[in-house]
Amino acid sequence: MPELLSVNGLRIEATSYAPGEAPKTVTLVDGVSFSVEKGKVLGLIGESGAGKSTIGLSALAYGRGGARITGGEVKLNGTDILALGRAGIRGLRGSKVCYVAQSAAAAFNPAHRLGEQVIEASLRHGIMSRAEAEKRALHLFTILGLPNPETFGKRFPHQVSGGQLQRAMTAMALCPNPELIVFDEPTTALDVTTQIDVLAAIKHAIEETHTAALYITHDLAVVAQIADDIMVLRHGKTVEYGSTRQIIEAPREDYTRALVSVRQTARPEAVDQSSPVLTIDHVSASYGNGFKVLHDISLTLPKGQTLAIVGESGSGKSTLARVITGLLPPTEGRIRFDGAELPRTLKGRSKEQLRRIQMIYQMADTAMNPRQTVREIIGRPISFYEGIHGAKKTERVRQLLDQIEMGDRFLDRYPAELSGGQKQRVAIARALAARPELILCDEPTSALDPLVAEGILKLLLKLQEDTHVSYVFITHDIAIVRAIADSVAVMHRGRLVRFGPKSTALSPPFDDYTDLLLKSVPEMEIGWLEKVLATRRMESAGN
Amino acid sequence: MAAAGQPAAPVHDAATGGLAAGGIPPATPADPSAPVSGSPLSGPSMSGPNAWRRFVRRHPLAGLILQRLGLSVALLFAVSVMIFGGIEALPGDFATTYLGQSATPQAVANIRADLGLDRPVTTRYFEWLGGALQGDFGTSWASRNSVSEQIGKRLGNSLFLAFFAALVSIPLAVGLGMLAVQYRNRLPDKIINIVSLAAISLPEFFVGYLLIMVFAVQYGVATFPATVYDGMGFLDRLSAIALPVATLVLVVLAHMMRMTRAAILNVMSSAYVETAELKGLSAFRIIARHAAPNAVAPVVNVIALNLAYLVVGVVVVEVVFVYPGMGQYMVDAVTVRDMPVVQACGLIFAAFYIFLNMAADIIAILANPRLRHPR
Amino acid sequence: MRLASVPISAWIGMAGIALALVCALFAPFIAPYGETQVVGDVWLPAGGDFLLGTDNLGRDLLSRLIFGARTTILVALAATVLSFSLGMALSFTAAVTGGLIDQLFSRFNDLMMAIPTLIFALVVLAVLPQHLWILILVMAVLDSTRVFRIGRAVALDVAVMEFVEAARLRGEGHLWIIFREILPNTLSPLLAEFGLRFAFSILFLSTLSFLGLGIQPPAADWGGMVKDNKDGIIFGISAALVPGAAIAALAVSVNLVVDWMMKRTSSLKGGRGDA
Repeated sequence: MPELLSVNGLRIEATSYAPGEAPKTVTLVDGVSFSVEKGKVLGLIGESGAGKSTIGLSALAYGRGGARITGGEVKLNGTDILALGRAGIRGLRGSKVCYVAQSAAAAFNPAHRLGEQVIEASLRHGIMSRAEAEKRALHLFTILGLPNPETFGKRFPHQVSGGQLQRAMTAMALCPNPELIVFDEPTTALDVTTQIDVLAAIKHAIEETHTAALYITHDLAVVAQIADDIMVLRHGKTVEYGSTRQIIEAPREDYTRALVSVRQTARPEAVDQSSPVLTIDHVSASYGNGFKVLHDISLTLPKGQTLAIVGESGSGKSTLARVITGLLPPTEGRIRFDGAELPRTLKGRSKEQLRRIQMIYQMADTAMNPRQTVREIIGRPISFYEGIHGAKKTERVRQLLDQIEMGDRFLDRYPAELSGGQKQRVAIARALAARPELILCDEPTSALDPLVAEGILKLLLKLQEDTHVSYVFITHDIAIVRAIADSVAVMHRGRLVRFGPKSTALSPPFDDYTDLLLKSVPEMEIGWLEKVLATRRMESAGN
Repeated sequence: MAAAGQPAAPVHDAATGGLAAGGIPPATPADPSAPVSGSPLSGPSMSGPNAWRRFVRRHPLAGLILQRLGLSVALLFAVSVMIFGGIEALPGDFATTYLGQSATPQAVANIRADLGLDRPVTTRYFEWLGGALQGDFGTSWASRNSVSEQIGKRLGNSLFLAFFAALVSIPLAVGLGMLAVQYRNRLPDKIINIVSLAAISLPEFFVGYLLIMVFAVQYGVATFPATVYDGMGFLDRLSAIALPVATLVLVVLAHMMRMTRAAILNVMSSAYVETAELKGLSAFRIIARHAAPNAVAPVVNVIALNLAYLVVGVVVVEVVFVYPGMGQYMVDAVTVRDMPVVQACGLIFAAFYIFLNMAADIIAILANPRLRHPR
Repeated sequence: MRLASVPISAWIGMAGIALALVCALFAPFIAPYGETQVVGDVWLPAGGDFLLGTDNLGRDLLSRLIFGARTTILVALAATVLSFSLGMALSFTAAVTGGLIDQLFSRFNDLMMAIPTLIFALVVLAVLPQHLWILILVMAVLDSTRVFRIGRAVALDVAVMEFVEAARLRGEGHLWIIFREILPNTLSPLLAEFGLRFAFSILFLSTLSFLGLGIQPPAADWGGMVKDNKDGIIFGISAALVPGAAIAALAVSVNLVVDWMMKRTSSLKGGRGDA
């Protein structure tokens, strides 16, 4: 097979304008080489900041936000596209190479109808006539499984759902019959149950049209379903590059091994059903405008154990946490903490009641005041709740830093000087500083690199062993639930659809939603997508 | 809506006359399907809140526009209360000021009765408002003439001045704004930035006298003072207002241009313009087809907001050029404390200001495809 | 922050402000003549004993300019400090308390802003007696509406951050949240805003004085000096332009510094500073 795209020694730099400092040049991508054959899919995988989008855009000779390609070559069909002039590059974009952005909602022009935008590049590059382009768009809408494909193009971007927009964006990229499509995290912004459909649609469309693709994602399990080859990237450099089978089944590098294995840890659930620390009793809640977000939720959490609340965005899982903290008072029902009823509102609760429940957020960046040092951040709960100041307080902060496996050299650092994982550790220390009995963890690892996330999970488990603290752990990731939970609650559209000990909650027989959710979570297995789709077809045929 | 919706945007406040970008926060909710809140100043009353809510759901566009109109009427009413009632509540007695400190109590009482000040405030307010709604603003204390008659003549003069200032400044501002975007962070942009920053800092009267000094006194190519009178020919009028118009243009231009630049830049840095670029479209098509339809609303918004400033900016310029307009009338009345005139002029200026702010918001509503094509 | 990273325009601005401040602070020592002292003929040309000439009453223009700096800056600064304190206190209270208080403050502020500042000032000053403190108060109250709007927007930006929620969950009071959590994170945009309001106050005060409603004679202030000397313009006497230029120069200086500060804060937020 002839090589369609070949990239050699790619180097991309950008100028960063740090406030109050002279501009400096940073290297985003360094010495990356790969090639894509006609009709094949290469997966680029890595955490955010690994340079994968930047590499993807280089196939269109485009640098986002001042990024410049300063070294290497990008050859398409043997021609170095970096050496083409402006007109040459314009002739390439939207005709030979097309791009699918992560956020289709932002990438579509709000002022024009979808159909016009889908066929625009084909018409402008003179690839086909309007009639042909419209016919092709209709065909693409159909194979991508969009509803009412005949009239879909007449709609405006804001009139269709996120999953449909993402498929429309794929249609827009496929329409001019390009040789290569760059997919930039096309399913990341979607829920798992939507993701699987879009993923299947994209895979189907690529196969149907024999288009080659660069598929960029941070999710190895997703890319395993669609790519022929995979390149693992970290800090702008190649970690490992090989066939999908080799990467998944026989990874050579530690980093890749960690990516593959992180989902395979599981811990046995606690059997001891001691007295409950938290009881949620028929709780319902509404927003200020009367929109009901929680319907009759009842849950219990025994002392020293972990309850995982699973659900997609909009399921009400974070709202439930807000109700427990008192930020959103329930409209009905009661919350009992350690045997006593908790006042509904934050204002109604005593300092002691507040101390016993602490919270850890998803984004440690925004959860800590950037103008306070680690010492101030961790020290505040100590002085606030226990009135301890001065040297004694510093001593406690040192102990806490020790507990989260960070030394006291971090005492006087600001959050901006810490890495993502270190910030989350400091946030955990802040929660621990109050000596709580319950910590609410709202997706504390989902913004982190998988390796770092695993470290945080291990730390949380260790702290639970040491201090017997209980966790309510909110997540959308079933693998994490398997790894850390004792009991599981599944939420869907504000309702509790399943609740019980992990072993029973995650075993059949399932209710419909949990079944769909569990089956939609990509597994680190080649051919998983086909298997799921085949099961689905059988089920619908059976019905 | 970038310019109006982001108060922290680096757009500087207008020189004097004081109008920040977007005098009234835009009443455009991000989500048209969200129920319309019953804030005290919103919504014309229909046959009940439910009927109104249903109407808004079915016609979000008409609903929002009606709501915005209602808000303006309510604001105008509240402003009239403030202008009339606020004055009553403040310390200071007109009659004493009018006659001077040495006036006898008897003379003060007489003049109070004469001006009708001895009657209750509410009675006088509703009389005044009723008259104002029919175009009757009472009689001036100073000249004993009808206020409405004077305003009739002078309002036309002021609008004449503002119209020509707008005619020159709008195309110039939009053109320069686009030029600055085209050459962003390069020399022309930097020059435009520094010059406009300086222009924003110039007081109107300084610009005015400078122009008079150069063009009327030194070169004698323009006339000063800018006198206009009834029966004056159109061309003569134009030449008379050349300098005041130039002053207003200079004052309003920098502001309008900076806001236009920010509004266009905001659109140009959006993801859909990047998409257009990655489709390999020509620069012209990207601007004409993808940027322009989305930039029109914020730019028109900027223009409307600056026109509101223009109406106020005429006050100082009219005084500088001794131009017989509303601004000069009001300033003269303020110095002699001729309250009926002050109140009438204040209300009319506020009405223009509220109207233009409303127009800016309604244009933003109309230009929003989400509202024009509801789900 | 390194000094080398301060652009030349900001240096020019700071030098201008420093010059004006020196004039304001040491006016009696710098000025060659007294503030109201009649020293010569009317409208003498510049040069000789009188560096900038004399004014419409035969007073030394340079001396009045120096004394005028004192009045203009003092009044504008007092009004700005007052308007800032008022606007910030109300806006932060509104943003942190939320609910009815926020609604009440915000709607009233909308109403105040529905009348153009100059028109509002004209109406109010037509009624009120002419005192310096009343002038400062009126300027401060009218300007505080702008501070309120920006202060509320900035405070709300920070108030929705999770670290503020974390402080609430801890049980911290309003004062801690305002002064320890929100204020430190809003200082740079607010500092820039303060500069902007100060420049505006200088221009606004000058305009009012020019219209005869600001500082009353014989005290020297820049706007009033333009008014005093404006009749000379038609005779080609530029005495009115000198104080006008002083106002413009000071306002330009402040705006240059503010422009630099704004670029710094926007790059703090991660923007490219050009939007």
